[in-house]
Amino acid sequence: MPEGGAMTASIATAAASVVPCWSCKGPVAARALFCSVCGAVQGPGAIDHFSRLGLQPTFDVDLDLLEKQYFGFQRRLHPDRFAAKSPKERALSQSQATALNEAYETLKDPLKRAAYVLELKGHKVDLTACGTINDPELLMEQMEKREAIADASSVDTITKLSAEADSEVIACQCHISAALNAGEMGQAVHLTIRLKYLAKLAEEARTKKTRMTRAMR
Amino acid sequence: MSDDGLVLLQLHEPGETPVPHQDEAGLAVGIDLGTTNSVVAFSFDTEVEVLKDENGKALIPSVVHYKDDGSVVVGREAREAILENPDHVVSSIKRLMGRGLEDVKSLAGTLPYEVEVPPEGGMVRLRVAGRTLTPVAISAHILMAIKDRAEQAMLGKAVTRAVITVPAYFDDAARTATKDAARLADIEVLRLVNEPTAAALAYGLDNAVEGLYAVYDLGGGTFDISILKMEKGVFQVKATGGDAVLGGDDIDHAVAEYFLAQRQAGAAITAGEVKQALMTARVAKECLTGRQSGEWMIELDGIASRHSLTRDELEKLAAPFIERTIEICRGVVEDAGIDVSDIQGVVLVGGSTRMPLVRKRVAEFFGREPLSDINPDEVVAVGAALQAEALTRGSDTLLLDVTPLSLGIETMGGIVEKVIPRNTPIPVAMAQEFTTYQDGQSAMSIHVVQGEREMVDQCRSLARFVLRGIPPMAAGAARIRVTFQVDADGLLTVSAQEMTTGIEQHVAVKPSYGLSDDEMANMLRDSLVHAKEDMAQRLLTEAVVEARRSVLAVKSALGVDSDLLSDDERQAIDAAIAAVETACAGTDRDSVNAAVETLEESTKGFAEKRMDRGIRQALAGVSVERLDDALGGDA
Repeated sequence: MPEGGAMTASIATAAASVVPCWSCKGPVAARALFCSVCGAVQGPGAIDHFSRLGLQPTFDVDLDLLEKQYFGFQRRLHPDRFAAKSPKERALSQSQATALNEAYETLKDPLKRAAYVLELKGHKVDLTACGTINDPELLMEQMEKREAIADASSVDTITKLSAEADSEVIACQCHISAALNAGEMGQAVHLTIRLKYLAKLAEEARTKKTRMTRAMR
Repeated sequence: MSDDGLVLLQLHEPGETPVPHQDEAGLAVGIDLGTTNSVVAFSFDTEVEVLKDENGKALIPSVVHYKDDGSVVVGREAREAILENPDHVVSSIKRLMGRGLEDVKSLAGTLPYEVEVPPEGGMVRLRVAGRTLTPVAISAHILMAIKDRAEQAMLGKAVTRAVITVPAYFDDAARTATKDAARLADIEVLRLVNEPTAAALAYGLDNAVEGLYAVYDLGGGTFDISILKMEKGVFQVKATGGDAVLGGDDIDHAVAEYFLAQRQAGAAITAGEVKQALMTARVAKECLTGRQSGEWMIELDGIASRHSLTRDELEKLAAPFIERTIEICRGVVEDAGIDVSDIQGVVLVGGSTRMPLVRKRVAEFFGREPLSDINPDEVVAVGAALQAEALTRGSDTLLLDVTPLSLGIETMGGIVEKVIPRNTPIPVAMAQEFTTYQDGQSAMSIHVVQGEREMVDQCRSLARFVLRGIPPMAAGAARIRVTFQVDADGLLTVSAQEMTTGIEQHVAVKPSYGLSDDEMANMLRDSLVHAKEDMAQRLLTEAVVEARRSVLAVKSALGVDSDLLSDDERQAIDAAIAAVETACAGTDRDSVNAAVETLEESTKGFAEKRMDRGIRQALAGVSVERLDDALGGDA
């Protein structure tokens, strides 16, 4: 590669890393929250959820740290900080806070987080599709467990089933973490789909448990 | 974040310092606009004062008396007029905010005033003293009285801005109606804050509490329960729920019916009797908070009747309503994904929580004695005042609230497709894609609803609009992306876009049950206040805020990069700045805007030179320290 080619690429990178501030029109880093010259809040920009919250892009998120970062950024960017500002600044702060909420909600939930990590790595997992289960083994397992929950007629039984379902969810999360760390993307996709159904099952068991416990009183 | 990080965050960001000249905009107060009573408070340096009348009373009864001479009286005096002049007095109007035809049907008979059945999709109207009034206009009269009270208490200083609280469970229509009422009363709403969240703010700041707390808020007409996580100045709502038409009023009605049944079984009951029975019922209920039994008299149309009631009997009448609140608590604890035992404290808010049975049931459900060391009638206004100060003078506390109800759109067969589920943190934007179901379909009707049920007719209809101009395509080929956006006030905006062509339509959701723009314009013209001049004043203030921002931005830029300018260029910019400052001192919005435009024109070349320098520096790898400084967070 001749030197000129590398040069062009670095010019593009340099130019992209600096954008004009909407307020004072001077240069500001593309990822900056505030203009260092005039102090105006900037737009949220298109960055991934992990970077937005200043976190390493990994499935194994420290939830306390996630919350701390989220609170820290909201303290600076929430619309309540801009209530007495110009309409443009209020609008930008709303976009920033909206982007922070989306990042927080995605990363907080293990299922959404797993799908998001996979998406960043180029593997799309559609969690909203409520269609059929393609995996016959998963299908059988789900049908059996659903039946067991439906048949549970005592509080003891449903409590046991609910605890089992919860621990399976946690086990599956561990397996997802292991698969992602080992770079086994196909396996991670498979496990993420499984997690979706396990989570649904655990939810059903919990609802039935609550209902049965309440009826007991 | 480390402790160091926290210290850093406490410094004012360059963009965060309070706006200069903020006093020009008038004082900002906190208003609890209640069903039965309203309260107004003011905070300075987080010292809150609940503003009282000349008799030392904080509560302003939310009652309006429309006199025959055209004058309007609000508060205690209006409440006293209920008995002599029942059809000239309106109370509990909050129950009708943002309500429509169906709601009126379901409330029929429980409202102590005559309601005009609205035309399809229109807003409810009341017939009072020969006038026809909307709930928005009646609420505006209450707000104007509150504003007067505040201005008197603040020694005549203008009060122009406020944080107004609403029940967390208020839907979009009721929130919009509240904001419209404030506009009619010439009050700029800094933020609509949910009542339990405001109470938590007042409570948390005062007691420096940390952990999970529940706020149980039973007022005259509404019930809310919110579960919040509080820590180091952050108030994060985990889940919220409630009933926008459940409160002490319902207990009064039950007691009134009990009295009326005793009074004249079977005979027709007059409106006057209903109002008097309701007043007596309220007095009886309040007396039985401290006593075990009592006797009351209803005297009307020459018939006097005596009615005795014991606390046990009252509790039997009230129990179904209180049990319903406990059921709602159960659901919200589940929604928060926690166990009741995780909750470290329960705060009581609202006058109805004075009832011993409420305290007993709340204590039983949460397994701990509830807290009520801040007056439950005043705590919401105190929180609102704190937030009003935080919004106008800056603060380190942070309120993170959620949507109380799911938002969705109608799909085939009247089924609701949820776009934003309840308990999602706000502000939020979420999108969903839909498609056409007929070949060549050129328009798509979008029906926005709010509620938890699966069928459209069981949810509240918020708005309908039509996306037109979809190019002819086979069924299912068009991709229509509908985006829901909820702002920090909890208000919804919906936009729709056809993705293959980019045809787009934005709608601020004007609720089906709200005022139309024409109605609003008429009401402003009929001028409860001198709305026109106020509107012009507001636009001028906004233009001046924007102009000052521009000037500050240019001055900051000159501070770092003025070496890029020749003397002539510099002089031209200085002159343009001076022109903007002169215009800002005047009262003509157009000349302010023109001066700002000239300033922008005169700084174009300067901006280009600054960008060139910035890119060159980035390229040279001279990592401009100030660029790095500006990078986000403490990452």
